[in-house]
Amino acid sequence: MKILVPIKRVVDYNVKVRPLGDQSDVDLNNVKMAMNPFCEIAIEEAVRLKEAGIATEVIAVTVGKSDSQEQLRTALALGADRAILVESDSLLEPLAIAKALAKVIEAESPQLVILGKQAIDGDNNQTGQMLAALLNYGQATFASEISIDGDSASVTREIDGGLQTIKVSLPAIITTDLRLNEPRYASLPNIMKAKKKELDVQPIDAMGIDSAPRMELISVELPAARQEGIKVESVEELVGKLKNEAKVIS
Amino acid sequence: MSTLVIAEHDNTNLKPATLNTVAAANVIGGAVHILIAGNACQSVADEAAAVEGVAKVILTDDSAYENQLAESTANLIKSIAADYSHILAPATTFGKNVLPRLSALLDVQQISEITEVVSEDTFKRPIYAGSCIATVKSSDAIKVITVRATAFDPVNASGGSASVESISADGVSDLSSFVNEEIAQSDRPELTAASIVISGGRGMQSGDNFHLLETIADKLGAAVGASRAAVDAGFVPNDYQVGQTGKIVAPDLYIAVGISGAIQHLAGMKDSKVIVAINKDEDAPIFQVADYGLVADLFNALPELAEQL
Repeated sequence: MKILVPIKRVVDYNVKVRPLGDQSDVDLNNVKMAMNPFCEIAIEEAVRLKEAGIATEVIAVTVGKSDSQEQLRTALALGADRAILVESDSLLEPLAIAKALAKVIEAESPQLVILGKQAIDGDNNQTGQMLAALLNYGQATFASEISIDGDSASVTREIDGGLQTIKVSLPAIITTDLRLNEPRYASLPNIMKAKKKELDVQPIDAMGIDSAPRMELISVELPAARQEGIKVESVEELVGKLKNEAKVIS
Repeated sequence: MSTLVIAEHDNTNLKPATLNTVAAANVIGGAVHILIAGNACQSVADEAAAVEGVAKVILTDDSAYENQLAESTANLIKSIAADYSHILAPATTFGKNVLPRLSALLDVQQISEITEVVSEDTFKRPIYAGSCIATVKSSDAIKVITVRATAFDPVNASGGSASVESISADGVSDLSSFVNEEIAQSDRPELTAASIVISGGRGMQSGDNFHLLETIADKLGAAVGASRAAVDAGFVPNDYQVGQTGKIVAPDLYIAVGISGAIQHLAGMKDSKVIVAINKDEDAPIFQVADYGLVADLFNALPELAEQL
């Protein structure tokens, strides 16, 4: 079966992001970019399904600017067979991204779509669920275990109270949580090989979708800072402060 | 203008995050209705009808909604969505699963995890794991919103007397089906509802050592949490995780033990009223958000703390 893995280029998770001086947006000048960590988990899962003989082809897709090709090459180095960039000059909202991905899926007809549960930039946690709705596919979000049996997938999901297992008919959309797997690192030979793999660029304008923004970003600011705390010297002093100063225990 | 709040419940009780979501709906203004989609869940509807500030409870009691799977639940909400200007759900794993699906069915761009209502179309929400706060304005006709529960004080669970209207199932889907659930049972309060939380990190060294935290939790009536590092290391199950990708908590007192303070963890607890950090590394970033920091070996400090409480 064919697996499609949508990925996203985001600010590297180690970067401490700050607002621009005029608070019009976040400051992304000269920051390191990387593949969203949840997307790495999605690629890894798809590649493992291929290595297990369940999947036959893994296609990495992204919707973004031309520089997103860098992350698609990473996906190819990690084991994806080919890649598609839906190129857009502007940054799109999750709904527009889901619409573009739906067009790619209609053209490629994968049996399974695996993507990260959220991107660590906007923290929206929307694209997978929206994609499932647009295609009228079943969805299994926040997956920590996936097993494919015939024309359905059994997926264990991380929910607030613990774990839930559901069965979804294929084709389906699965979004990855942290503990689904531990992604591998790309080896140098695989990075070299990835340069020769197919990377198809499709302009978003040719897709005939409404990608106009529905939200306006008014401002970006730092969160309210906490007042500086103090160091206590002993457990006894700590308990005293909590009882008498903070009054949070009695 | 009226708002529909999607209740989170277990077919027996309303989950507390629903009350925080109603609070956010009250700030937006207009009438507030609550939808209960479940199975054999009349008691939840009765509970919702008593919630302060709720004008109407809409109940769909049908076996199709036993587990509130996303496909059927989103279709049901869609069938009544046209009556509302705003549709809200708590930003829990339930709300995060269902609402974006609804949002795409309605062709609107969801606003995720709001922490403040500025006006009926403008909201604040954290981005980049809470490193920044964005103010966004939506131009969609129906605003579909998930609400960060800890950012809104809950409304009273009693004092209301809403009418209950039953509607029948609509758009039931068989795309997914429930298999089973492993829900952690505990006598301690729920993490997101507890007024005191004590969490352990990688410094705890093993799952067995979490009993040191449990002893203190039992003395304080606290919930026990963990950092992602501790969950990834297999010390405790995933439902313990406090942080950007786990649970967001804001108790009166948060005690972080053996937790270095990665930004992902801070994102889940830095709105706590009082933060205590116990760590042997005096340069650990957790001390930057702590009101009271104790540089000590946790294996000495915890038994001593248990003794003094």
